[in-house]
Amino acid sequence: MSANKTIGAVAVIGGGIAGVQSALDLGDMGFKVYLIEKAPAIGGIMAMLDKTFPTNDCSMCILSPKLVDCSRHQNIEILTLAEMKGVEGEAGNFTVKVHQKARFIDIDICTSCGDCEAVCPIKLPSEFEQGLVMRKAAYKYYAQAIPNAYLIDKEGVPGYRGCIDCDACTKACKAGAIDHSQKARDIELNVGAVILALGTHPFDPSIKKEFGYGRFKNVITSLEFERILSASGPFEGEILRPGDMEHPKKIAWVQCVGSRDRNIDQEFCSSMCCMYTAKEAVIAKEHESDIEPTVFFIDVRSFGKDFDRYIERAKTEHGIRYVRSRISEIYEKDCGDLQLRYEDMEGDLHEETYDMVVLSIGLCMTKDRSKILSDLGLEVNDFGFAYSHQKDPVALVRPGIFMAGSFMEPQAIPESVMQASAASAQVASLLKDSKGSLVEPRPEYPERDVSSEEARIGVFLCHCGINIGSKVDIPSVVEYTKGLDNVVYATENLYTCSEDTQKKLVDIIQEEKLNRVIVAACTPRTHEPHFKKSLAEAGLNPHLLEMTNIREHCSWVHSDGALATEKAKELVSMTVAKSRLLEPIPALKIDVDQTAMVIGGGVAGMTAALSLADQGFKTLLVEREARLGGALNSIHYTVEGIEVQELLKDLSSRAEEHENIDLHIRSNVSNITGYVGNYTVNIMKDGKESEHTIGAIIVASGIKEHIPTSHGYGKDERIVTQLRIEDELSETSSLTEGETFVFIQCVESREGLRNYCSRTCCMGALKNALKIKELNPRAEVYIIYRDLMTYGFWERYYKQAREKGVVFMQYDIDRKPDVEIGEKLTVKVWEPMLQEEIEISADHLVLSTGMDPADGNPELAKQLKVPLNQDGYFLEAHVKLKPVDFSTRGVFLAGSCHAPKFIGESIYQAQAAAARAATILSSPTLEAEPNIAVVDVDMCSGCRTCISLCPYNAIESVTEVIEGVEVTHADINEGLCQGCGTCVAACPSGAIHQRGFRDDQILAMIKALGACSLGGGS
Amino acid sequence: MSEEFEPKIVGFLCNWCSYAGADLAGTSRIQYPANIRVIRVMCSGAVDSVYVNRALIEGADAILIGGCHLGDCHYLNGNYKARRKMVLLKNILETLGMEPERIWVKWISASEGQKFADTVKEMVEETKRLGPNPFAKRWNV
Ligand code: FES
Repeated sequence: MSANKTIGAVAVIGGGIAGVQSALDLGDMGFKVYLIEKAPAIGGIMAMLDKTFPTNDCSMCILSPKLVDCSRHQNIEILTLAEMKGVEGEAGNFTVKVHQKARFIDIDICTSCGDCEAVCPIKLPSEFEQGLVMRKAAYKYYAQAIPNAYLIDKEGVPGYRGCIDCDACTKACKAGAIDHSQKARDIELNVGAVILALGTHPFDPSIKKEFGYGRFKNVITSLEFERILSASGPFEGEILRPGDMEHPKKIAWVQCVGSRDRNIDQEFCSSMCCMYTAKEAVIAKEHESDIEPTVFFIDVRSFGKDFDRYIERAKTEHGIRYVRSRISEIYEKDCGDLQLRYEDMEGDLHEETYDMVVLSIGLCMTKDRSKILSDLGLEVNDFGFAYSHQKDPVALVRPGIFMAGSFMEPQAIPESVMQASAASAQVASLLKDSKGSLVEPRPEYPERDVSSEEARIGVFLCHCGINIGSKVDIPSVVEYTKGLDNVVYATENLYTCSEDTQKKLVDIIQEEKLNRVIVAACTPRTHEPHFKKSLAEAGLNPHLLEMTNIREHCSWVHSDGALATEKAKELVSMTVAKSRLLEPIPALKIDVDQTAMVIGGGVAGMTAALSLADQGFKTLLVEREARLGGALNSIHYTVEGIEVQELLKDLSSRAEEHENIDLHIRSNVSNITGYVGNYTVNIMKDGKESEHTIGAIIVASGIKEHIPTSHGYGKDERIVTQLRIEDELSETSSLTEGETFVFIQCVESREGLRNYCSRTCCMGALKNALKIKELNPRAEVYIIYRDLMTYGFWERYYKQAREKGVVFMQYDIDRKPDVEIGEKLTVKVWEPMLQEEIEISADHLVLSTGMDPADGNPELAKQLKVPLNQDGYFLEAHVKLKPVDFSTRGVFLAGSCHAPKFIGESIYQAQAAAARAATILSSPTLEAEPNIAVVDVDMCSGCRTCISLCPYNAIESVTEVIEGVEVTHADINEGLCQGCGTCVAACPSGAIHQRGFRDDQILAMIKALGACSLGGGS
Repeated sequence: MSEEFEPKIVGFLCNWCSYAGADLAGTSRIQYPANIRVIRVMCSGAVDSVYVNRALIEGADAILIGGCHLGDCHYLNGNYKARRKMVLLKNILETLGMEPERIWVKWISASEGQKFADTVKEMVEETKRLGPNPFAKRWNV
């Protein structure tokens, strides 16, 4: 870091999910952020996806609030149609050159009405819709685009010309937003750090001639299929094949197109295709139950958290057919159907006919990305991607420049999000002195006093594309709603959460003088904050909002449209009843103790603590054992070039010496009380307890190897686990010729109660196999596997191992290898090609058993009030977009307590957790829980029932003199109350109310329901 | 009992687990009968007996109180309190002549969408067997 003052601004290049996450983290921490996106809108590939695995969340639903947050964040400036042209200077003080193309439409004036598009005579294939439909030269990138504005394409695309300057749009635009004379501009941004989150390109399968993409109309890419599935896509969610717009019945997915392919120099695995293929097949079947999906695959790489269960459900519940095979050719029949020729595992050739073929394309590095890397003076790895060291995966060789997302390596959303937050943490450490120097305080909106007004309720019903509207007859619900007392306004929207609807909402609240707002849409659990912000902007107390869930609880679960519509009406009427009684809730600020605690001193825990300490936060690091390092202590070597013991020494000595780290080894957290910003923790060491106060907590409790009971383990010394063989190999200097090692993968894993992949064991086997071959190339190694999980760049070691003569044999779960113990160990494996069992005579048998969660997790989960998943790993708030947060504010997680993972992954996840914790710790105050309980002193009889029931010791009995009379009543501490409502339900005098959930409000809902329908049937 | 009888169910679901479980049933598109109307509360411990009584009087044929699994309550132990309260309430209702089976207390976590859907299905079936709520709109409180 330079001695000069750093610049408190950051350039984030790329506005996909990774860039958006970095921008939000850094904006929340108090940095000025420039978010630079080449496309006309942010959102990246995630915006194009229909659903996300393994929860089948609607991609746009979870992404859109983040995009809107970005556009509303006062510290974030979005530059679209903008490309980075160079970075000069050094860490802490860079000049980033940006070239921004002209949009020809003024973003601030454009109302997104679409009049320009309507009159524009020019048609070009839509990039966003993958060319499946045409767009105009005057167009909007996609329906929910942020910034929410049109643009004019003057350049055109290959084969199609752009705007012809006919000027029809200028005349049509009533707002006067069009400016054909706009010029491109070159901008220089002065920033302290740069994050590269440029993404990668989907592979273009037309170069794989044998699949016929580009020649056969009904061979499409998986990204095209995402658009086809999407309710807002080219066919409005109807599954049609592009050739003749017929409904396909038999659909084949071909995996690994453009991945794991030596012939086209794309030898890495793209990591996410196995899972999105399963997802696409499942969703296709959900759209139309008579579709018969078949997946042609090499390995099913379901290496992530809860992935195996998803694949199992795809097979058993949805009846997706999986065929392990290699496709040799696809050709088209006259009717447009496709003939697939493939070879199965037995070596037999087959031909099958399909109505449509989806190519599961991977990601690739493109020439322009490579050029960016070389222009910036960055090294590349053997796949042409940016080189980084696993010790600090998001840092590039040039200090002050970081990267995140699939620009770094092809991968799925949660990894991208974690790396994005990790990059934010790195930036925050680098620029800690200039944090907050370039930002202005958050605007406070003046609040209208509505206390004397009669309720004027506005109801906004959402179609959610066709997610709600296809089942619930929204127009009839609107009509019904208009007839309810106090409802002065009711309307419907295609997407109520979109930016333009939000703007409209603000206007309508003001125009119609609404003082209560109801949004009938999706779950309040994700979208409520979003709508509350709009209320605040409109001058209403945000708690005058009420949501009702007509999607998750209605249209998505009731296929009968009439019943769903009736239910939606009743839900709205109940909500209106509650809404009438809503009252403003004042904003409470809680003080934040700007320090943290990290539980667990393994690689994740140490990294998280160091990151926080480097950002300037005092941090307690608590480790149970006498030495730091956790699982790292039992690792001797890696293939990816991490000197583990050196890394361990480096991390632990820095943790021991850092002035901001208060290290407690041989210690346990014995008690945790308090809440976000204000925890009191007791740490027990040698029977002595010390008390500390902190503001945020990161859990990094680690993992342990599973000890097997099968395959003869424990009966013979030659049968060992992965960790044990590593110990042995690290002490061996030579092996004898012909010495035979057999590795069996997935032992007691990915089935039964442990139905999850431990992600690291295939690489563990490969690592040890390569070590064996290094010790003696004539030693024999067999790896008997189910699916080889060498995802991403790990694939390179699979190739190396094959080149070195390691023998790979695949087995299926119903034909597990057998072991016989004799003078030698005999391993019996079914060989599908030969159609017989073969016997391998082995000197060593290594069982890859995978990982088990740490023993202390249940106890820790109880102390922290955070959940575990069914396998005993900690359960994050959202698998895609909140991978290191818990739903309990102020508590975060990192490392393999989340799920098994590699060292590099633990490192960036730990940095991510540090960044997320920093978003809380960066400010001395935080807004408090609004739904707390309050005592009506006049009603309270002072009986003390509530005091003993309160789980947080938040209630006291106080005696005071009111109007000359001495009264004893309950008193609730606003900072301690968490708003559970227990005291409210228990109070015999009805003297306690919970804000937002008052008794009279709930009873009004019940009564409203009674008036609608209850009892009507009898 | 006529075959047309469609029971009306009111569900009080805690925000952190059961409501999220019902959300998951939605995101997973697990279909279940449309007989339930959900009222979100912060914790099952916040469900006042008065709410349940009111719903029964208004004519609900069955009531679901959904909370986090025992030990998992976001607020430590609200669900234990809910359980205790509902046992008492069931006793009282029974003495008044109402089948206590109409009150269901279920622990459904945020990852149990299927369990939520199954619970609703089961409730509808069982309640069909019981027939309509005998107290419906019979009292004026
Ligand atoms: S929060 Fe779910 S039962 Fe208390």
